[in-house]
Amino acid sequence: MSKEKVILKITDLHKAFGDKQVHKGVSLSLKEGELIALFGGSGTGKSVILRSIIGLEKPDKGSIVFEGQEITQLSEKELVRIRTQIGFVFQNGALFDSLTVEENLAYPLIEHTNLSNKEISERVEEMLEMIDMKGSNKLLPAELSGGMQKRTGLARATILRPKVILFDEPTAGLDPVNTKRLLKNIKTLKSRGMTGIFVTHDIPAAFEISDRIAFLNDGKIHVIDTIENIQKSNDSFVQSFISEAMGHHE
Amino acid sequence: MEQVGLISKKIFSMRLALNELHKNIGKKIFEIIHFCGGLGILIKQVLDEIKTKPFYFKLVLDQIYQIGNRSILLVAVTGLATGSVMALQFGFGLEKFGGKMYVPKLVALTISREMGPVFASLLVAGRIGSGIASEVGSMKVTQQIDAIRALGTSPIKKIVIPRLVASMIALPLLTLFADYIAMLGAMAVSALELNISASYFLSKAVDTLTMADLLTGMAKTGVFAFFIAMVACWKGLNTQGGTQGVGNTTTWVVVTSSIFIMISDFFLTKLFIVTVFSGT
Repeated sequence: MSKEKVILKITDLHKAFGDKQVHKGVSLSLKEGELIALFGGSGTGKSVILRSIIGLEKPDKGSIVFEGQEITQLSEKELVRIRTQIGFVFQNGALFDSLTVEENLAYPLIEHTNLSNKEISERVEEMLEMIDMKGSNKLLPAELSGGMQKRTGLARATILRPKVILFDEPTAGLDPVNTKRLLKNIKTLKSRGMTGIFVTHDIPAAFEISDRIAFLNDGKIHVIDTIENIQKSNDSFVQSFISEAMGHHE
Repeated sequence: MEQVGLISKKIFSMRLALNELHKNIGKKIFEIIHFCGGLGILIKQVLDEIKTKPFYFKLVLDQIYQIGNRSILLVAVTGLATGSVMALQFGFGLEKFGGKMYVPKLVALTISREMGPVFASLLVAGRIGSGIASEVGSMKVTQQIDAIRALGTSPIKKIVIPRLVASMIALPLLTLFADYIAMLGAMAVSALELNISASYFLSKAVDTLTMADLLTGMAKTGVFAFFIAMVACWKGLNTQGGTQGVGNTTTWVVVTSSIFIMISDFFLTKLFIVTVFSGT
């Protein structure tokens, strides 16, 4: 698989909420097969970048090109095809609370494929096995722990085998055991060639699974580089962010 | 000098109060424009999407069951109480003028044209409107609406259309049921308290009522159901501020729907009098 083919390209993204200018020209390229971890302080608009990629937010200015197609101007109807190819893992899972785990996982398959009930069940079982939740089919989201909800959210976002997966703080609020389990699931997906952007405050987790690290500061990507280069970086913002985050993590 | 100071202080505080008043009026006007515009856009989206596939028929059936299941007992009790009280009031009121025998006619017309539709709709606005608003509002604040969109499906098709269609089917049926129970209550009270036999009551009520009476009552509830469901969905989809926001949404929907029902009932009644009942 080529590591150089750019699958997603964000250029000069601007977004404001009322008087608050969140993005002032965000530019970022995601190559096929790579995982970028995106850091930044609270309220800097990390999640808004992910939401813009999938069309949940419309940028005020700028371009987002996915597989050669500009997506910022697409209608909700036109975005459906993009949304089946870009998975989104929400911070708290965002599972449908009236549906069981099994029904939550089957939802994208029922909506977007012509698979038979048997094939859907098989795919659901396969995903449950991947996230270590075999036998949880009939549980409702309210009966799951926070970690299980996030893993189910991960399974639901990836069950259509999308080309890109966007993770919105997947490890936030999890204990070390659940964080480890979730990272193991993401690593499994990565070993299968997953491409993605991983928004997080969890620096050790990002160092463990990502290929490149990006820092969002003052509405722009301040630095984007490999883990080795980031660790060696003399940039004062990067150093202070890492040392503060690591200190907080310990 | 002291008096001048006092007067200028008073003028200053009056100016502050006026500024505050202007701000509040401006805010209210903005809220009304926001509501009308938002509701208009949602109605347009519904009209656009209801014509295209897929149509979630099972979700509509689920919602009809939910609405019926949640409201039927409430509607029955209210219908029974309304019919009984009306029979009593009309009976004792008309007795003084020797008009007790008009009770079946009056009760049948009042229930089918007015009381049945309006009471059933007010109850549904309270029970179902608040239910839809809190359910959709909770889905909004827990990002489930975003998840529906992120998974390539439409919240309009999945959430709004099934609730709208179900409300527009269930509310007229509930009204018909309420009318029936209210008539039973009125018939029982007439027999027990007013010495009007059940057979006389029934024959007079059947003679009086026309299809137009029942259909105009049900048509009213169709309009009310449309408004209750649309307002509840719109407010739910625009809920902000966590659980407190959901609570505010619920209250707002019940109050707004109830006001709409009362006001629009006048205009719909006037419309039906001019168009349907003008020759009768």
